[in-house]
Amino acid sequence: MSAGAARAEEDTGSASRRSLRPLALALPALVLLVAVIGIPLATIVLRSFNDPEWGFQNYVWFFGTPVNLVVLQRTFTMAAWVTVVCVICAYPYAYAMSVAGPKIRLLLTLCVLIPFWVSGVVRTLAWMILLQDSGIINMVLRAGGFEGIRLIRTQTGVIIGMAQILLPFMILPLYSVMKGIDLRLVQAARSLGAAPPRAFFSVYLPLSLPGVYAGAIIVFILALGFYITPALLGGPRSTMLSTLVQNQVLSLLQWGRGGAMGVVLLVATFLLLALAGPLMRQRYKLAAR
Amino acid sequence: MAMHPFTRVLLGLSCLLVAVWLIAPTLVVVPMSFNQNKSLAFPPQGFSWQWYSNFTTNPEWSTSFLNSLKVATIVAILATVLGTLAAFGLDRMRARTAGLLRMLLLTPMVVPGVVLAIGIYAVYLDAQLVGTMTGFVLAHTILALPFVLIAVQASLEVFDKRLETAAASLGAGRLATFRTVTLPLIAPGILSGLLFAFVTSFDEIIVSLFITSPYLKTLPVQIFTSITRDADPTVAAVGTILLCVTTILIGGGLLLLGRERRSGV
Repeated sequence: MSAGAARAEEDTGSASRRSLRPLALALPALVLLVAVIGIPLATIVLRSFNDPEWGFQNYVWFFGTPVNLVVLQRTFTMAAWVTVVCVICAYPYAYAMSVAGPKIRLLLTLCVLIPFWVSGVVRTLAWMILLQDSGIINMVLRAGGFEGIRLIRTQTGVIIGMAQILLPFMILPLYSVMKGIDLRLVQAARSLGAAPPRAFFSVYLPLSLPGVYAGAIIVFILALGFYITPALLGGPRSTMLSTLVQNQVLSLLQWGRGGAMGVVLLVATFLLLALAGPLMRQRYKLAAR
Repeated sequence: MAMHPFTRVLLGLSCLLVAVWLIAPTLVVVPMSFNQNKSLAFPPQGFSWQWYSNFTTNPEWSTSFLNSLKVATIVAILATVLGTLAAFGLDRMRARTAGLLRMLLLTPMVVPGVVLAIGIYAVYLDAQLVGTMTGFVLAHTILALPFVLIAVQASLEVFDKRLETAAASLGAGRLATFRTVTLPLIAPGILSGLLFAFVTSFDEIIVSLFITSPYLKTLPVQIFTSITRDADPTVAAVGTILLCVTTILIGGGLLLLGRERRSGV
C-alpha cells in the first residue's frame, strides 16, 4: 500500500503526458468491458423499463405475481442453505489444510483443485446419475432395508449438488486466512488457563472470521445466480430466479419482464457486495490488531 | 499445536468425508462411459468403448470439441495480452484510480450469469454476432480477463521495481529491460493467467447457451443439449476424458512446482 502511495505521488508530480500512458495500457481491456458488459447490462436495464412500453409495468408485474415472489424467496433461501452447508464443511477442512504437514496438505489441496477445474456441466451430470431414483444413494438405502428417497427434482438434491460445486470457493479463501493465523496466540490462551473450547471460540474463531465472510459472500452470490445445476437437477418445485429469467426471454420473448427479473438479481448482488466490503475490511483490521 | 487425540480423529474423519464428497461423485461418470446400453441408468451394464468412438467419429461431438479448443486458444491469448497490459497500466496509476478500474474490470466475475447472458444475447441479436466465432471470443475474453488481471497483478506486487531501474542504469533500453528483466520475473503470473483464461473459456456454458447456433456449438453447450435431449453415455465418455486431462495437468503442475521449490532452496 505504502509503495503504491509513493508511486502515486511520483505520478502526480510528473508531466501529464506520462500519466496518460498507464491509461492507454488499460484502454483495450476497458473498451472491451464497456462493449461486452456495459452495453449489454444497460440494454437489459433499459428494456425492463421500456419493453413493451415505457413505465414500471414489468416491476409491478414481478412484485405483484405471487409465483415470482415464491421463486425469489426460494432463491435466497436455497443460496443461504448452500452457504451454510459450505461453511460447515469447509471450516474443519481448511483448518486441517493450514496445520497439516506438506504431504497431507498437497493431497488436500489436490482434492479441492481437481473438482474446481472439472467443468460444472460434467459435475452436474455426475450428480444426476447419483441422485436419480435408481441411483447409488437409493440403491444403498434399499440394500440397507430402508425406503428409497426422492432426491432428483427436489430442493435437497439441488442444494447437495450446488454446495459440492461451490465448496472450493469457500475452502480457498478460508485457507488463505487460516494460514496467516499465528497459532501461538491459541497456545498463549491455553497457557493462561483457557480450556480448548474457550481458546477456540474466543481466539481462533474471531481471527478466522474474515475468511468465513469472504468465502460466504462469494458462495452466496454465485449461488444466487446459479443456472445449470438447478435447471438439470431441479424440478418445478425448485425453480430458481435464473431459470425464470431464461424462460421469460427465450420461451416467452418477454424481454421487459425477463429484464426486470435480471435487474432484481443484479441489484441484490451488488447490494450484498456493497454491504460485505466494509464488513470484511473492518474484520481484517481487527485481525491485524 | 498439541491436539487432543479425540479432536484429531474427529478432524481427520471430517476431512476424509469432505474429500470424498469433493472427488467421488464426479468419478461416477467413469463406469457410466463404458456402458453397453444407451442409458445413463445406474448401474451400467456390460463393457464397451462405443461412446469413446462416438465422441471421435460423430461430427456433432468432434466439431463442438474442436470449436471449444479453437475459441479457448484465441481467448487465452487475447485475454492474457489485454489483461497483462491492463495490469501494467493499473500498476502505474494513482492508487485510487487503479482501485476503481480494477473493481470495474472484475465485475464480470460477480454479475449473475443469466443476466449477463440475456444482455449479451440482446446486443448480439442487433449486431448479428449470434452463432459466430467473433461473438464467442469477445464474450469469453471479457469473462476470462479478471483471472489474468488477478494473476498478473499478484506477481507485479512482489516484483522489485528497483531491478528495472538497475537494468536501465546499466544502459538497457526500455524494451530490453522489459524483455530480459520484467517479463521473466512475472512470467509465472502471466502463465497461470493464460491457463485460467483457457479453462474459463473452455468451460463457459451460460453465455454460450444463449449465443450459440446449430452451426456453431462449443463442447459444454453440446454436453448440455445432449443431457437435456436424451440419455446418451457419450457425455460420460467426454466427462471421463476431461477429468483425466485435468488431473494430469494439475497433478503434474503441482509436482513440478514442488520440485522446483525444493531445488530452489
